[in-house]
Amino acid sequence: MATNMLRAAATATGGPDDRRRRGRRGVRANENIAGWLFVAPVIVILGLFLLLPILMALWVSLTDWNGQGSPFTSQVPFVGTDNYTRLFTEDGLDRRDFMTAIRNNIYYVALVVPTQTVLALGLALVVNNRLLKGKSFFRTAFYFPSVTSSVAISVVFLFLFANSGAVNSLLRMFGISGPQWFADSRGVLHLLLGVVGVDSPPTALTQGGPLGLTWWEWLSGPSVAMMSIITLVIWTTSGTFMLMFLAALQNVPVALEEASTLDGASRWQRFRNVTLPMIKPTMFLVVTLGLIGSWQVFDQVYVMSQGDPAKTTLTPAYLSYRTAFRDFDYGSGAAISFVLFLIIIVLTLVQRWVMADRDPDRPRWGRRRRRTPEGSAK
Amino acid sequence: MTALAERPATPTRRRGNRGARTLASRFLGYAVLVFFSLVFLYPFVIQIGNSLKTEPDAAANPLSPIPDQLVFDGFIRIFTGTNFPLWLGNSLLVTLVATTGRVFFCSLAGYALARLRFRGRSGLFAAVIAVMAVPGVVLLIPKFLVLNQLGIYNSYSALIVPLLADAAGVFIMKQFFESIPVSVEEAARIDGASIFRTFWSVVLPMAKPALITLTILSFQGTWNEFPHSLVSVQDPSLFTLPRGLADLVSGSLGKGTQYPLKLGAALLATIPVAIIFVVFQRYFVRDANDGSDKG
Repeated sequence: MATNMLRAAATATGGPDDRRRRGRRGVRANENIAGWLFVAPVIVILGLFLLLPILMALWVSLTDWNGQGSPFTSQVPFVGTDNYTRLFTEDGLDRRDFMTAIRNNIYYVALVVPTQTVLALGLALVVNNRLLKGKSFFRTAFYFPSVTSSVAISVVFLFLFANSGAVNSLLRMFGISGPQWFADSRGVLHLLLGVVGVDSPPTALTQGGPLGLTWWEWLSGPSVAMMSIITLVIWTTSGTFMLMFLAALQNVPVALEEASTLDGASRWQRFRNVTLPMIKPTMFLVVTLGLIGSWQVFDQVYVMSQGDPAKTTLTPAYLSYRTAFRDFDYGSGAAISFVLFLIIIVLTLVQRWVMADRDPDRPRWGRRRRRTPEGSAK
Repeated sequence: MTALAERPATPTRRRGNRGARTLASRFLGYAVLVFFSLVFLYPFVIQIGNSLKTEPDAAANPLSPIPDQLVFDGFIRIFTGTNFPLWLGNSLLVTLVATTGRVFFCSLAGYALARLRFRGRSGLFAAVIAVMAVPGVVLLIPKFLVLNQLGIYNSYSALIVPLLADAAGVFIMKQFFESIPVSVEEAARIDGASIFRTFWSVVLPMAKPALITLTILSFQGTWNEFPHSLVSVQDPSLFTLPRGLADLVSGSLGKGTQYPLKLGAALLATIPVAIIFVVFQRYFVRDANDGSDKG
């Protein structure tokens, strides 16, 4: 009996034999039923609240449903791909809002991703310094903001960036009078151009531009209000990414760094030519996770600015919510969601593709790790 | 092996040659660490300090952590003038039920995917991986549609049931179950224990670290969950803490900015997660490290 079981287990792991119907039905048949029973709750919940809703929303994005009654009756007007084309090809408020949201999010990504990556790596390098004590305290301190509620933290930052808030009183200590953060829709790039003397936009840039916004509008940069949300997000996410970098840095063999030091490499050269190549996979992971996450910004916008002032903190995620639940245009809202979905899925696929591409490297990593004793690799 | 042996030896050797430089860089290192600790923690200090101030005091000295005059007005009004106790109760209920369910269902599914041989297993696992990539924010409208269609919109079921399973949890548990030796389970099975019995009394007790990790992540996730409550309920008596807080901020308070009150409410909403974070810190850290290992 026991040997039979073991043989069954052995063939089962063997691959193709797996499928072969065994003479003794007992164990296998049991496992077939038990397996499905065990996964059933998860399948039902994810199917019902994830897959089915996506299909339903796909249908709704092709209709003009206004929230009254059920969207799956013949009374609901079917409009084909109108909701999508209005976002891209038809000149109008819908396209203007959508493109404004895309512009805002692009500037948001352009500031958040590089800053949080550099900050996280910098902090990880300092915390990882062998000569410093109290690492675990600093690690905890930097990581703590990441685990708190996005809504609660947004409330704190609303206070920090209030007109008479902490940030402005800090700036006053340096003799700077801070802006009215959440009322200021001026673009940062426009402000910078103002500093060098370009006060009014050149007519060439206001005459036209792609996708319903003028060139001048595309080139606004993030608004002052958006800068406060950007600050908040960098502040909350850097800690998580720091931990990832820290784990990667601890896997860099000390001997390698020592060797390069003996060879006369400067600190910068050592970082550039030894450390950085060793943590490249983590760097890539952090950047892509950052890209994926920063296209999903929603909670902070909802709590802090609701897309205001002058729609400069509108993001596609918030716009889809607002279009559906405030303007009761569920079709357009769902269409915006799917465009956003597509953007994020493309980024995710790029990440998985490049990560999988690195797998041939794996054996080398494995060999190096095996040489280090248990525990020190982690 | 070499790495470990060399670690303590090298710095000593180096210190001889360039003691001054090491000292300077150590000082610089601490300066950077202390500066950033302030950046990351001082907002919380400000939050605590200002929640104990009067409103004019908070507006006049927002940077100072010490109240001019210690007042508990904000906190008293949180409990008497807002629906905070109700939100707290709802949050506790949702978090406890959702976390329990999530840990149980994810372990079941993770175990099946790791150990049981059934038709369609690899396809299911691929589906779990695919589902993990679905970004939460694009599900806002879809979730509302399905809850509406099922007739449970605006109910506790709408708040809780969709949170009962999560693909990442299944993934974590599957990875863990694959890492523990099969021999113990086999012994139990040979002794005639049913599959569920083996899972419940033999495998689960061995999976304690993974269960703790998953419990903490689910607790933190459901306690902080905001967008889901936004599209699943509308009745103020069903608001959870994050939803209630967002409601306070968007002006349901009436006159004035009332920052001490808002900061106090946000503080109270943060405390449970903060306590869990401090107590179970290594489980949080492990999770983030696993993330990088996966890459």
